[in-house]
Amino acid sequence: MTSLAVGPAPDVALARINPVTQLAAILVVTVVLLSSLDLVTPSIVVAAELCLLPAAGLTSPRAVWSRTWPLLTSAASVGVVNVLLSDDAPPLAGAALALRVVGLALPGVLLVASTDPVLLADALTVHWRVPPRFAYGALAALRLVPLLVVEFESVRLARRTRGVEGGSNPVAQARLFAGTGFALLVGAVRRGSRLATAMDARGFDSGVPRTNARGSSLHARDAVFLAGTVLVCGVAVTASISTGAWQPLFGG
Amino acid sequence: MTSTSGARAAPDATAGGPVGVVARGLAVRHGSRRSWALTGVDLVVEPGERLLVTGASGSGKSTLLAAVAGLLHDEGTEVTGELTVGGRPPAASRGRLGMLAQDPDSQLVMTRAGDDVAFGLENAGLPPEQIWPRVDEAMAAVGFVHGRDRPTHALSGGEKQRLVLAGALARRPGLLLLDEPTSQLDPGGAALVRDAVARVVADRAATVLVVDHDAAPWLPLVDRVVELVDGGLVEHGTGWRPAPRAAGLRLPAATAGPVLLAADAAGYTYRGTAVPALRPTDAALRAGRVLAVTRPNGTGKSTLALLLAGLRAPTTGRVDAAAGLASGVRRGGTAPHRWRAADLVTRIGTVFQNPEQQFLTGRLRDELALGPLRSGEHAAAARATADGLLERLGLTEFADANPFTLSGGQKRRLSVATALATSPEVLVLDEPTFGQDARTWREVVTLLAEQRAAGRAIAIVTHDADLVDVLADERIRL
Repeated sequence: MTSLAVGPAPDVALARINPVTQLAAILVVTVVLLSSLDLVTPSIVVAAELCLLPAAGLTSPRAVWSRTWPLLTSAASVGVVNVLLSDDAPPLAGAALALRVVGLALPGVLLVASTDPVLLADALTVHWRVPPRFAYGALAALRLVPLLVVEFESVRLARRTRGVEGGSNPVAQARLFAGTGFALLVGAVRRGSRLATAMDARGFDSGVPRTNARGSSLHARDAVFLAGTVLVCGVAVTASISTGAWQPLFGG
Repeated sequence: MTSTSGARAAPDATAGGPVGVVARGLAVRHGSRRSWALTGVDLVVEPGERLLVTGASGSGKSTLLAAVAGLLHDEGTEVTGELTVGGRPPAASRGRLGMLAQDPDSQLVMTRAGDDVAFGLENAGLPPEQIWPRVDEAMAAVGFVHGRDRPTHALSGGEKQRLVLAGALARRPGLLLLDEPTSQLDPGGAALVRDAVARVVADRAATVLVVDHDAAPWLPLVDRVVELVDGGLVEHGTGWRPAPRAAGLRLPAATAGPVLLAADAAGYTYRGTAVPALRPTDAALRAGRVLAVTRPNGTGKSTLALLLAGLRAPTTGRVDAAAGLASGVRRGGTAPHRWRAADLVTRIGTVFQNPEQQFLTGRLRDELALGPLRSGEHAAAARATADGLLERLGLTEFADANPFTLSGGQKRRLSVATALATSPEVLVLDEPTFGQDARTWREVVTLLAEQRAAGRAIAIVTHDADLVDVLADERIRL
């Protein structure tokens, strides 16, 4: 269960880049990937992103797969579906779409793998003036997610003790899943309100301007990181245009 | 309080001494209820005093605590009489309050121990350079030895509660409210928390209000004890001791029958972990006998319950039902984990530690009829079974109520009753007396003894030494 737990991030290279810098870089990458439909741009961006995997501590194929399999499956299905459902889309267009999905989502995987959620909340409140009520409230809620997974298993077993199980009937399975989900929701709401009371009792959101014990600072390396991102995106766009692959989404 | 030059003055949460609590003629009625949860409560707690408020479940302890904590106002609740904390209305004194509640998992916010203790100081607007010394001081005060960088998710329940206490203490509260802080912990964890409380209350820097139905363990730590009885308050003199809950209990005798269910070197290892949750274990459940499974700490005993209950397949060894118990199952032979749920409920009844996880319907009567219906009984027969059980448990007046609205003790009785509704020959119970007051404890023990006398085989996994003393015929210590 500990692998699910929301905890401090491991000491990896990417963790030294401020979370808001990473968010800004994600914004740059997103704009570039959404501006053209070609294959060259996402190929170069994804290649650069893959180079960052070790910096986020994702070195073994197993670690990479466990973090990215939902992403890879959905990217593959996006590509296949687009080729199948479109009259004139060549397989290459499907590959370009799939690669674009990977390119958009991989930075998020890198951020999550290398960032302590507390430091993310700190950075958001310090640098971007996100209200603490939102940032730390979301953080507290995030901590309850692993508990939900444990709880789901308990509720499922508890239902079997009452003679309720889906068996091999998919409709019955789906109904059971929905019922279990409802029981979990009830539990989550109760737990959430207890947590809110506990945070309240420690003066959270009581009108006093909040200080930050850890602080959050930006260094020269943050500027370098962002510049590097812009550079990679520039190279990708230049390569795409000069090879004639560029297919702007708007205008063109 | 010292204040560094240039820094804002520390807010009220971090200044001032202990505060007292005064209640005169306090009465509280919750929105949807007809009866009063509290009536005529007169109570004076001097600043620095340490008070234990005890009472059975449903006696109004939680309501009194919520009133003192200033949490009653936004729930459509009627409050009469007078209540002040530090001479002001409770809601106005909330900044001087420190709280430790029951559930260790819904009180921590941060991912690292030190950050969590700092959380309340950040909220109070304390300058960062003053925060860390106070964090270290608070962690030392509660005896938290793992350091600031310890991930909070890796802590045991008792350690989490210690950390929550440190987080409350760091704010230098004038009043500490402890709401059954050990009720969800095993004995080792409970001892950790009481040890931390003992260290913290020694200097009387804060007034302390402990609320717990289990009075005995707190007696060395408090100055006086009051008990809530029928909504009013009774003051106990010095030297008061709660009556032992097993006193005068007469349980029906039973004779041992054949083995119905046996574990043969059954063990369990979770996927992806190296250390088994349960090492290979032998156990035999006989008709008319109670087998108690104990273990000082840890979760291995609940795992054994899951194996015996047919809810998980052992990863080593086996669990087998006797031929008589397994006769008539449509699938799975003698291995309970392979039985269909409908076959399982008429043979092995299971009661979880948390009753709410097992409730599936919106009415008590439906809840009790569910098992019989699922196992193929006719509607009329299922309803008759349900009504019979409601009557025996004294829950008839709640037949149409939602199970979630019952008190803790009533929920526990209902969850045992739902397992009995399908007349299984084997009962497996996980901590059936956990967090229960003396009255519910006696009811549960009596109910189980009756089942034993009726020839059922019962397995109980528990930390409760009293329960083992009065009920166990055989014991396994993991």
